[in-house]
Amino acid sequence: MPKRTDIETILVLGAGPIVIGQACEFDYSGVQACRTLKEEGYRVVLINSNPATVMTDPELADATYIEPLTAEIAERVIAREKPDALLPTMGGQTALNLAMRLHRDGHLERRGVELIGARADAIARAEDRELFRQAMSEIGIRSSPARIASGLEEAMAALDEVGLPVILRPSFTLGGRGGGVAYNREEFPAAFQRAREASPIGTVLVEKSVIGWKEYELEVIRDIRDNCIIVCSIENIDPMGIHTGDSVTVAPAMTLTDKEYQQMRDAAIACLRRIGVETGGSNVQFAVNPRDGEMLIIEMNPRVSRSSALASKATGFPIARVATRLAVGYTLDEIRNEVSGTGPASFEPALDWVVVKTPRFDFEKFHGAEALLTSSMKSVGEAMSVGGTFPEALQKAYASLEIGLRGLESPGLPGGGSRQHFEPTRFLGWPVPGRLLFAAEALRRGIRPETITRHSGFDPWHVARLEEIVRAEGEIASEGLPEDAARLRRWKHLGFTDARLAALAGRSEDEVRARRHALGLHPSYRRIDTSAGEFPSETPYLYSAWDAAPLPGADEAEVSDRRKVMILGGGPNRIGQGIEFDYCCVHAVQALRALGIEAIMVNCNPETVSTDYDTADRLYFEPLTAEHVLEIARRESSRGELLGALAQFGGQTPLRIARALEAAGLPVLGTSAEVIDIAEDRDRFHALLKSLNLRQPEGGVARATEEAVREARRVGYPVLLRPSYVLGGRAMRRVENEDELVSWIDSAVEVSGEHPVLIDSYIADAIEVDVDALCDGRRAWVAGAMEHVEEAGVHSGDSASSFPHDSLESSVIDEIHEQSRRIGEALGVVGLFNVQFACRGDEIYVLEVNPRASRTVPFLTKALGLPLARYATRLILGETLDDLGLPARVLPPFHAVKEAIFPFDRFEGADAMLGPEMRSTGEVMGIDRDFASAFWKAQLALGLPLPGGGGAFISVNHADRAEATELAREFASLGFSLLATSGTAGHFESCGLEVEVVPKVYEGRRPHVMDRMLSGDVALVLNTPSGRRARGDSDSIRSLACARGIPCFTTLRAGRALVRAMRAAKTAPLEVCSLQDYFSDGEPAGEKD
Amino acid sequence: MKRSGAQTQTPHHGGQNALLLLEDGTAITGAGFGAHGRRLGELCFNTAHSGYQEILTDPSYADQIITFTFPQIGNTGVNPEDLESRGVFARGVVTRLPPPQPSNWRARQNFNDWLREHDTPAIANIDTRTLTRRIRDRGSPRAMLVHQPEGLADINIDEALEELRAWNGLKGADLAADVSCREAYDWSEKLWRSDSAAVKSPDRHIVAVDFGVKRNILRHLADLGARVTVVPAAADAEQILAREPDGLFLSNGPGDPAATGRYAEQTLRRIMSESPALPIFGICLGHQILGRALGIDTYKMPFGHHGANHPVLEHASGQVAITSQNHNFCLQTENKMPDGVFASHASLFDGSNEGLAVRDRPVFSVQFHPEASPGPHDAHNLFARFLGAVRRRNQND
Repeated sequence: MPKRTDIETILVLGAGPIVIGQACEFDYSGVQACRTLKEEGYRVVLINSNPATVMTDPELADATYIEPLTAEIAERVIAREKPDALLPTMGGQTALNLAMRLHRDGHLERRGVELIGARADAIARAEDRELFRQAMSEIGIRSSPARIASGLEEAMAALDEVGLPVILRPSFTLGGRGGGVAYNREEFPAAFQRAREASPIGTVLVEKSVIGWKEYELEVIRDIRDNCIIVCSIENIDPMGIHTGDSVTVAPAMTLTDKEYQQMRDAAIACLRRIGVETGGSNVQFAVNPRDGEMLIIEMNPRVSRSSALASKATGFPIARVATRLAVGYTLDEIRNEVSGTGPASFEPALDWVVVKTPRFDFEKFHGAEALLTSSMKSVGEAMSVGGTFPEALQKAYASLEIGLRGLESPGLPGGGSRQHFEPTRFLGWPVPGRLLFAAEALRRGIRPETITRHSGFDPWHVARLEEIVRAEGEIASEGLPEDAARLRRWKHLGFTDARLAALAGRSEDEVRARRHALGLHPSYRRIDTSAGEFPSETPYLYSAWDAAPLPGADEAEVSDRRKVMILGGGPNRIGQGIEFDYCCVHAVQALRALGIEAIMVNCNPETVSTDYDTADRLYFEPLTAEHVLEIARRESSRGELLGALAQFGGQTPLRIARALEAAGLPVLGTSAEVIDIAEDRDRFHALLKSLNLRQPEGGVARATEEAVREARRVGYPVLLRPSYVLGGRAMRRVENEDELVSWIDSAVEVSGEHPVLIDSYIADAIEVDVDALCDGRRAWVAGAMEHVEEAGVHSGDSASSFPHDSLESSVIDEIHEQSRRIGEALGVVGLFNVQFACRGDEIYVLEVNPRASRTVPFLTKALGLPLARYATRLILGETLDDLGLPARVLPPFHAVKEAIFPFDRFEGADAMLGPEMRSTGEVMGIDRDFASAFWKAQLALGLPLPGGGGAFISVNHADRAEATELAREFASLGFSLLATSGTAGHFESCGLEVEVVPKVYEGRRPHVMDRMLSGDVALVLNTPSGRRARGDSDSIRSLACARGIPCFTTLRAGRALVRAMRAAKTAPLEVCSLQDYFSDGEPAGEKD
Repeated sequence: MKRSGAQTQTPHHGGQNALLLLEDGTAITGAGFGAHGRRLGELCFNTAHSGYQEILTDPSYADQIITFTFPQIGNTGVNPEDLESRGVFARGVVTRLPPPQPSNWRARQNFNDWLREHDTPAIANIDTRTLTRRIRDRGSPRAMLVHQPEGLADINIDEALEELRAWNGLKGADLAADVSCREAYDWSEKLWRSDSAAVKSPDRHIVAVDFGVKRNILRHLADLGARVTVVPAAADAEQILAREPDGLFLSNGPGDPAATGRYAEQTLRRIMSESPALPIFGICLGHQILGRALGIDTYKMPFGHHGANHPVLEHASGQVAITSQNHNFCLQTENKMPDGVFASHASLFDGSNEGLAVRDRPVFSVQFHPEASPGPHDAHNLFARFLGAVRRRNQND
C-alpha cells in the first residue's frame, strides 16, 4: 500500500535524558524515524529534552522542541504545531507513556491527532501485565503463573498462590525499574512496596520465578497487511532472573533446534497479532525450560527498544527506519532492503557471523549498593562485537568493554589461582556482574563444566565454548608465542587479541604484532550484509574475522581510492562518557563528508547513531583497541590516501590509544598526543600555567602513600584526590583529613595502575565554570562559558549549569574567556578543548584542561546554533578560525540550563550526595527566556515537577545555616511549612521563623524524618553535606527522597535556583518555542562584543 | 597431495585430513569429520540458522554437498523427531567449525557420530563465507569431498579432477527415481509439538507421489485429517487412480525435473484428463513436474535457492510469506503461459516463479516448502487450502 497522504505533520516523541534502561539507542531510532519521515515528505515536529541527541539537531525536524516530555508541554506543542499524527514508538518507554497519557486525557482525540505505529489499545494490552497475560492465554501461549496485586494483602495472597521465589514486575516501567526478586517471605513485602512505588499505576505482577531457565528474545516486525518477519533472535547467555539489558547475549540463538525456534517464532507473531500491533517493530521475550523445552512468554514491548537497536546493528536491518515507513502506510514488500541494495525488506536476515553483546557496569560508583543483578536493569552501557564464530565474538566483546580486559580473561579474584579458593556457590551461584568471566575462571581452576552449569544456569554449550578458549590459553602459556603462521592463526581464529596473547605468552603486545605481521597474518574484513553472503551488499558495514584458513577473496573491504579519515568512537557508554561523545563523532563524520573526505567510523557501541550504516561512508564495527584500529588503518591505506585518525571526539577512549597509534605510524589528526600529554601530566601542565601567569589550586602528585600524606599536609585539607588519565571523575574523592586519605589512597592507586594520584586543594565556596573552545593551533575562540549551579566540588557532569552565566560578573566571564584562549593557544590545540575554572570572587583558578571534545559540546551546540564539532573537524583538516568566519562572541537567543539525572533509584543503599565523582547518566536542557524558567523546565524534564507547597525539610551543616535561613524564609513565603532537624531548627527559630522540629532517625523518637517522608509530609528536601562521619543519617534521607521522587537538593545554590524557579512558576505559565523559531533570523542572536 | 599446475589453496595447519575439490581445480583442505570416504556432488549453500538435521535428511539434497553458512553447526545434536526421511541424502557437509558436543533437551546423539552412521563425510575449518560468495558469483560447481583419517598424501588431484569432471552433475539427472520409495506405504504420523494437542481422525484419502518426499509434508496432511498413501515416483496413472484418492499430492524431490518428467509428466497428464476434478497439490519438484505437464519449461538456476528466509509474494492476496526453499531448477513463466494456467507466487529476492494454479480447477503448486522443517510456518495454510479443496470436491460429488 502506498504511503498515507491524509496526514501531513507528524509529531515524534524522543526518550528524554539517558537513564539506565533508556540510552542513546533511542537517539539512533529517533534519527532514523525523523530522517525517514522527512524523506517521505512529511513535516516533522519533535519533542526531546536531551540536547546531546543527534535527533534534536535542527535539520532533522521541521520544528524541534527541546522541552520537557510532559503532558502539559506536549499539549502546548500540539496546540502550536497542529500535528495530524503522533509516532510514539521511537522514544522508548518515556514516549509510549507520554502518548498514553495524552490519549487517556483525551487530548489527542480533541486535537484530532492519530496515534500511528501503535494504537492505544495495543499499547495498553502489551503494557498492562494482566491484560497481556489474559490475551496470551486466549491464544494458547503460556506465561508463568502470576497474579496482579496493588495492595500488600493482595500481594501476600498472590505469593501464597504462585509460590517462592517470585519476580516482581511493576506495570509500565522501563528497564524493569523497581522490579525485583524475592526468595523468601521476609524480603517479599519490602520488594513488593518498591515495585509498587515504581509503577505509575501502582500495580505489580507477582510472578512465579523461572530463574535459571533459558531466555530468548525475538525482534518482530509486522505491517498493515499482516506480513510478519523476525529480524533477529537473541539468546541470553545469562539465564532468567537477570534483566536482559544486564545479560551477556548472543545473536542469533545458538541452542535451539529448528522445531523449537519455529514454535517460538509462531508464538511471537501470534502475540503481535493478538496484542494488535498493526505496524512496526516489537520485542517479544520467552523463557525455555532447559530440561524439557517448556516455553513461556515473558513480555513484549510494542515499540523499538534497546534490543531492536542491537538487532539492527547485529543484522544490518534498520528496524526503526522500516518501522517508521510501515507506520505511514507502506508494507514490507514495498520497502527496499537499504543495506544490501537487493530485494525488499520483507525477508528475514540470515547471518553467517555471530554477535555478542556484553553489558558495562559502574557499580563502583555507587558505594553502598550491592553488586547483584536482578530483574531491574543496572548496566549503564554495552558493547557489541561481531566475529566469524562465537568464541571469536565473545573474546572481542570483552576486549571492547574497556574495563581493562583484553579478551576472556580472569576478572581478578582474591586468593590466588587455586581451586580451593574458588567457591562455586559464591562466584557462580549469585547473579554477579561478569559471572561469565567467573565461569571461565572456574574452568581454569579445574572445576568441571557440569558444576558450572549447575550453579550458574549457563547452557552447557556456552560453557563448552569457554572451555575451548581456556584450553587454548593453557597451550599458549606453555608453548609461548607461535613461530609458525598456522599456529598463530589458530589462536587468532579463537579470538585472542594480540594483547591477550602477549600476556599469556609473556611477551609485549608489540612483539606479538611484529611476529604476526612478519608471518603475514591480518584479519579479513567482511560485510554485515543481512544475507550471509547470498547477495552482494553495496553498504560497507564491516567487521574483522579470523578464519581458520581464508580463501582468496575473503576480504570484502573494497577500499576506495579517496582521501579518507578514520573517526574513533567512544565505545560502550559508561558514566562520564556517553551519548555526548557519540554526538560529536557524528558531527565529525558529517563535517568530513561535507568536505568531500571519506569518513570511516570505528566504534563498538550498538546503541549509537555513529554506528548506523548510513552515518559514515564506511563503518567498522570493531573494538577500539590499538590492534583493531591499526589493522583497519592498514587495510584502508592500501588504496587512496588515509590522512589519519580523529581521536578527540570519542571521549577518553581514543585518547587512551592515541600514543600507540602514533607510535605505529598512524597520524592522530588535530591536537597532538604531545599536547594531550601536557594537559594530563601534572608537572607539565603546572609549568604551562605558571608560564602563562594563571592561577591553579595548590596541588601535588603522589605515587605512594607517604608522598600523598606529605602533599596533602602541604596543600591543606580538605583535598581532592584523583588518579590521572580518567574520565568522569572516576575514583575522584574529596578527603577531609589524614585518616581518610590513608585508608583510601591504596585503592585509588590500584584503580589507575601505574599512573600517579593527583592531590588538589579543595576550593570551598567557589563557583565552577566550564568552557568549550576551538583552536586552530595558533588562535583560539571561546564558544561559551557555562556557570555551574552547584558549588565547585561537585563534578561538572553532575552539576546543573547555566548558559549564559547567571550570577558571575561579566568581567569574570571576560577574564575566563581570555584565560581559555591563552591556554588553548599556548598548548597549540587543533580542534576542540575544554577548560574548567573555579571562581571565588575575583580569584579565578584553572582546574583542568581537556584537549578534546567535552560532554558539554552538544549542549553549547544547541544553545548557540553553531555546530562546534563540525567546526573543530574543519580546523583539524587544515582550515583556520578565519576561514570559519565566526563572530567574536556569541550568545544564545534564550537562557539554557543543563541538569543531570541520576540512577540512584536503581542502586539501593547508594548515597545520593553529589561529589567530585560523576554519577549522573544523562542530562536535560531547559530553554526559556530567563534562568528561573529554564531551570524550572530542566527540573520538569528530569521528571521532578516543582512542588507547589507542603513540607520543606531542611537539614544543613553548621556553616550553611545563615544562608539556609534566607532560603527557608523564601520557602515559607512560597507557602511551604518548614521542617528541620533540631540544630537547623534552633537557628531558624532564633531568626524568627516558624519551624517544626523533626527527630533524626538515630535520636530514637518517632515519627522521625523518614516516617514523615513516607507519610507524604515532605515535598522537598534541602540537605547539605556535613563531615563524612556524620553522613549516615542524611544518606538514608537522600536515598529515600530519590526512591519516592521527592526533589532533593544537596547544595544551597541549587536550593536558591529552585526558589527562583518556583517564583517564576507562580507568575506565568510555561511557553514553548522550537529551535527553528528561536534561530529564525538565521544568525545566532546576542552579539555582545 | 599431488597435483600438477595450480597450487592447492590453504594447506595451512596440521591435522588436514579432508579435501574439498571444485571442478575448476580449486582444492581446499580442512579437518574432516563424519564418515570417511570420497563423494561427488554439486556444491550448494544453505543460509538457514537452524535445522541442519532436517536439511541433511531432505531427499531433495541428493547428489549435493551442502555448505552451511551458519557458523555453529551441530549445536543441538541430533534427535529422532527431526528426521525428514529415512536417512541422510546430501552427499557431504561443509562447515566453518568442527561439530561441538551437543546441548539440547531433545538431543540423543552428536552430529559427528550421526553423520558417520549415515555414511556422510564432512569437512570443517572452511572459510564458508568466501566459498558461498564464490558459488553466488560463479554458480554451483561440481565438487568432490574427501575425508581420509590417514591424511591426504595419496590423493592425486589431477586424477580426482578427472573423475569429478566426468560426472554429469544434477542437470539431466532423474534422482527422484533413486530416492523414492520402492513400495507404496501408509503414513499416519502427525506434526511435532512440544505439547500434545488434539487432532482429527482421518476422513479423506490422499495419494502422495514420492519423488523424495519430506516427512513433514506427510505429517501436515495427516494432521489435517488425511489418510495418506505414499506411492513410488514411477507409479503410473492406473496404479494411482486405483487407490481412489480424494486428492493427489506431488512431492518435492531432487534432480532435474526434465529427467524425472520423462515419465512423471505423462502420468500426471493422464490423471488430469481422466479425473479432471481431482484436487492436486505439488511442492518443489512436484510443482515443476506439474508445470511441465501443463506445458511450461524448466531451467537450471545458477546457484538455486537454499535457505529459510525467502520472501514469496502471493499475487492474489498481496501477502508475503517467509519460506523455506531448496531448489536448483525453476519454471520458466516469463513467456506466455498455457491457457488457464497462471503464476500465483513470485520470489521477492529474484522475481523467479514460486507458484502455479489452474483456473477453475483445484490444481495448484508451489516452488517453496510450506511444510518448512526447517523454516518458518508462514505458508502452512496451503495444506489446509488443499484439504479444503479435497473436502469441497467430496461434497460436490
